[in-house]
Amino acid sequence: MAVSSSSSIFDLLTDEILFTILDFLAADSPLDLKAFSLVCKSFHAVQSRHRKTLKALRIDLLPSVLRRYLSVSHLDLTLCPRVADCSLSAVAAACHSSLRSIDLSRSRSFTHAGIADLVSNCRFLVEMDLSNATDLTDFAAVAISRAVNLERLRMARCKMITDLGIGCVAVGCRKLKLISLRWCLGVSDLGVGLIAVKCKELKSLDLSYLQITKKCLPAILQLHNLEELVLAGCLGIDDEALATLKQGCKSLETLDVSNCPNVSHDGLSSLINGAVCLRQLILVNCTPVTNALATSLEKLPKLQAIKLDSCHVTCSGLKAIGNGCISLKELSLSKCSGVTDEGLSFLVTKHKGLKKLDITCCTKITDISVSSVTSCSNLTSLKMESCSLVSKEAFVLIGQRCHLLEELDLTENEIDNEGLKSISRCSKLTSLKLGICLNITDKGLIHVGVGCPELQELDLYRSVGITDCGIAAIAQGCPMLQIINLAYCKDISDDSLRLLSKCSRLNTLEIRGCACVSSVGLSSIAVGCKQIAKLDIKKCCHIDDAGMIPLAHLCQNLRQINLSYCSITDVGLLALASISCLQNMTILHLRGLSANGLAAALLACGSLTKVKLHVSFKSLLSQPLIHHMEARGCMFQWRDKPFQVEDKELKDAFR
Amino acid sequence: MDLGQNRFSEPSKKSSSATDSVKNLVGNQRFTQYDSQQHQKWDTDTSLSYNTTLFQHNFPEFQAPLEPPSSQACNQKDEIKRPDQFDQATSLVNNNLQGWDPRVMLSSLSFLEQKIHQLQNILQTMISQEGQLSGQANKHIAQQQLVTADLTSIIIQLISTAGTLLPSSKNSMSVTNPLIRQLGSILGSNASLGTNVESHQNEIMAQGESSALDYGDQIKGMSDCGGKHNYVDQDEPYILPVEGSEPLAVDENEMKDSEDAAEGESLPPGSYEVLQLEKEEILAPHTHFCSICGKGFKRDANLRMHMRGHGDEYKTAAALAKPTSKESCAEPVLIKRYSCPYAGCKRNKDHKKFQPLKTILCVKNHYKRSHCDKSYTCSRCNSKKFSVIADLKTHEKHCGRDKWLCSCGTTFSRKDKLFGHVALFQGHTPVLPADEIKGLSDQGQHKDPAMMMESKGFDLKPAGGVHALNMKVDDDHGFFSQMNFDSCNFGGIQEFPRPAFEIPESSFSFIQSRSCNFVQSTGENPSPNVL
Repeated sequence: MAVSSSSSIFDLLTDEILFTILDFLAADSPLDLKAFSLVCKSFHAVQSRHRKTLKALRIDLLPSVLRRYLSVSHLDLTLCPRVADCSLSAVAAACHSSLRSIDLSRSRSFTHAGIADLVSNCRFLVEMDLSNATDLTDFAAVAISRAVNLERLRMARCKMITDLGIGCVAVGCRKLKLISLRWCLGVSDLGVGLIAVKCKELKSLDLSYLQITKKCLPAILQLHNLEELVLAGCLGIDDEALATLKQGCKSLETLDVSNCPNVSHDGLSSLINGAVCLRQLILVNCTPVTNALATSLEKLPKLQAIKLDSCHVTCSGLKAIGNGCISLKELSLSKCSGVTDEGLSFLVTKHKGLKKLDITCCTKITDISVSSVTSCSNLTSLKMESCSLVSKEAFVLIGQRCHLLEELDLTENEIDNEGLKSISRCSKLTSLKLGICLNITDKGLIHVGVGCPELQELDLYRSVGITDCGIAAIAQGCPMLQIINLAYCKDISDDSLRLLSKCSRLNTLEIRGCACVSSVGLSSIAVGCKQIAKLDIKKCCHIDDAGMIPLAHLCQNLRQINLSYCSITDVGLLALASISCLQNMTILHLRGLSANGLAAALLACGSLTKVKLHVSFKSLLSQPLIHHMEARGCMFQWRDKPFQVEDKELKDAFR
Repeated sequence: MDLGQNRFSEPSKKSSSATDSVKNLVGNQRFTQYDSQQHQKWDTDTSLSYNTTLFQHNFPEFQAPLEPPSSQACNQKDEIKRPDQFDQATSLVNNNLQGWDPRVMLSSLSFLEQKIHQLQNILQTMISQEGQLSGQANKHIAQQQLVTADLTSIIIQLISTAGTLLPSSKNSMSVTNPLIRQLGSILGSNASLGTNVESHQNEIMAQGESSALDYGDQIKGMSDCGGKHNYVDQDEPYILPVEGSEPLAVDENEMKDSEDAAEGESLPPGSYEVLQLEKEEILAPHTHFCSICGKGFKRDANLRMHMRGHGDEYKTAAALAKPTSKESCAEPVLIKRYSCPYAGCKRNKDHKKFQPLKTILCVKNHYKRSHCDKSYTCSRCNSKKFSVIADLKTHEKHCGRDKWLCSCGTTFSRKDKLFGHVALFQGHTPVLPADEIKGLSDQGQHKDPAMMMESKGFDLKPAGGVHALNMKVDDDHGFFSQMNFDSCNFGGIQEFPRPAFEIPESSFSFIQSRSCNFVQSTGENPSPNVL
């Protein structure tokens, strides 16, 4: 830093240049933004002006943060479980007309008064997420209705909102383009119908699990801009209702009629009749996929994605899809019964261009299918968990033919090191799931570590053949790694963790049941992986308070932690409690934990939303404390599981 | 009759307000004139000619041999006081009417004659006393009252007698009241009041007029409340057949759009007879009158029940039987449909898309709903008005339960109706129940007064500042306590008993260091998406 008395050389940089630099920094390594702002006052100011999005960790600090970042347009409060009206008022006063978007989907305890304040001050609000605000009433909807510029509104699970409130929103927010009323059980045909009548610009409409009937459908289908319609779980919509529809919505691109047991192919065909733009059709847990259904899909020339999870699929149905849907790119047959080699082979040979295929739990398919599937050389995603009849040779084929794979789920399969070696040719692989693959060892995994530098997610749950060597290769070769699951890989030791600490992007680490891991390994993770947000160290009985203290010090992003069966005492827990955004703790069977220590930790940890505790603590904790915690927005889950000891080693450890 | 007597017991008061009554009764002017005119006639003993005109008007087809058929104009024509004409008309009537007994008529007329003579006597004594007993005002007034009462009784008697002559009446009493009005219009049109009257009658005239005004007023009142009851008409009252027996050619038979339409029917034009009642008949309160005491009834059955009180001869099974039953089987049934007398109405026979009304009741309700003032106001909401009292009663059943409110102030008893309304009109919005709105707006005011200034459409705050203030105070508490909760991050630990165990200083230092940490977004959403 060259600071001269007259002028800084940084003054030569214009704001535009600095903003461009910041854009790159923000995209690449967000932590560097902080370093940037610490360079000098002018950089600090530039960074303050540059910042557009803000994710608040603690609501009580929000006013001061907002004073610094004046041009914040997107405010994410999902980490603040309790946002009172006064906080919203403060936000409203600080942001004024710069605020465009606010996310309150994980927050509670605000009311219509706070929303009214927000809406009246931030007149250019475009997006609001009020999901899960189960105690919001129609008055909140009235307040929302004054946000005339609102375009996207999510109100999932606002169960107290009724037709009247939705009616007000419909009249007030004429520019709405997206509205989600999922699980808004108080809303019926009338409210939905009015939305459809008044908000003509609507593009996305989520009506899942509403008690709607055919009465509101005609108005909805007349929306000229509607692109996405979700009718999942609408039990009031049946074939009879759909039969009355003359014409489907021409602009519709995505249609979701999942979990509608009363809709068969007849109703569906009248719903999609004329929907020439339809690209995505989601029919999870729905009508059996027969020839008739597949034939009705033939009329949709642009249909690219079909999701048929949990449906019963017939061979003729699959063949008809193979013959019909010419543009098919994505197909999900997860947990479908009736998927056979014959049907699937026919389908995939017809659609060589297929990009995503999900055949999870299609237990009838064999190597024949896989061989056909691999003929789709464009495949980017293949999920075939628990295809138990597929032999290890088939996986070699996958690696040989599908080089473009980015996502591969081989959980609980017969794949061996040869297969892994072959798969390591897929250099673009970002997600690889090898859970319960008992045939793989370090040898195979080393190939992956060498061949897949893009890997971001690796699941080795209970793949017991893996040791530190394999992990070393991964840690070495996959710097982008974000999620790794090593649960019950009993040979994993502190060495693995020390190597993994080089993966600075790691945010999720599961080492459940890795009994060899100690506080030392965890400390190295804490030092190296500052982004850690989820940590599962259940049954790592050698981890004690010494591991918690660096964690608390260095991993300020930790959200979720499972500490069960560890050797952590009051001290470690209290240290953890200083992590300001820790939301979710599971604390079962901690030998060294006292009720008072727990109470202190709970009180200290301001952002807790969910705590799993053993039921014995229920009587030990004072009732006012529990009430206080609940009032702060924390939920207790009392578990009554007996103390489990899995193997001898653990038994020894606890002895 | 009893009604009338009550009213006439205070003639002096009434006469003082006579001018007001006249103003109010512009619509009933004919009626008034009729009354006064009738005094005149009785005085000159021309009650027969009265009957003549009556029939001239009522039965234009009977007039055909005598006069050119001029349906409406004949109303305004001169009253022809030719006994011969009366005779002809009567004879025609006699020929036409089955079961009409001239002896009954004669006896009632002679009864009337006696009454009139009595009245004359009274009046003559009054005249003779006039000079001497100027001071005895009270006695004079009493006599006036007596005369008025007698006159009223005579009038009603006369009308009911005349009613027996009606050709279409299966019941002799059905249409007296409409007749009264029509008579009034006939007579009143050209009779210049007081010119033919002898000087000694002036006083009585004035008296009679005022009382007649009252009577008219009362009639109007009765008609007002008469409208409350659905007029169930088994017997056809006096009806003016339109263009003889030939029904109108109707362009179309769209008879669906209204409750009053002959719904579901698709009668071809010409397959039914179109009848049109006059306005006065439609609005008449009573259509059945007792031939003895003159009391009016809406229903024939009620009249027959009433008649039992006048003697045993009315208690026979024949007298109590429903008179329609005989006639209906004798004549071939011709389908009858009704036309509204209001020109230009879709229910009027001259309308291009004429839609006939099915029953008399339909006619009455339609006329009142469409062409009359809505004089019944709901006592609860004081806003809804009705012209048919049954509608008012129906409304009152639901009034106050209209919980669905639109921002325009319209209330609805059903949510779907409200939403239909809101969907139809731009800018209208559903309104939440008012008492809770207050809570909302108060909170809003408390938070930020400017917000409420901006917000529109929720000015429904009920007056109640004190209560609002109370709410504010409550809210304040609420907010503060919430803030306390919120700020209770670590200091909160002091609210609870300190942990009994020893905590190393180092662990607390971690905890406290947290508050010094510069907390900011750490880039969970690194993309600087500008919205």
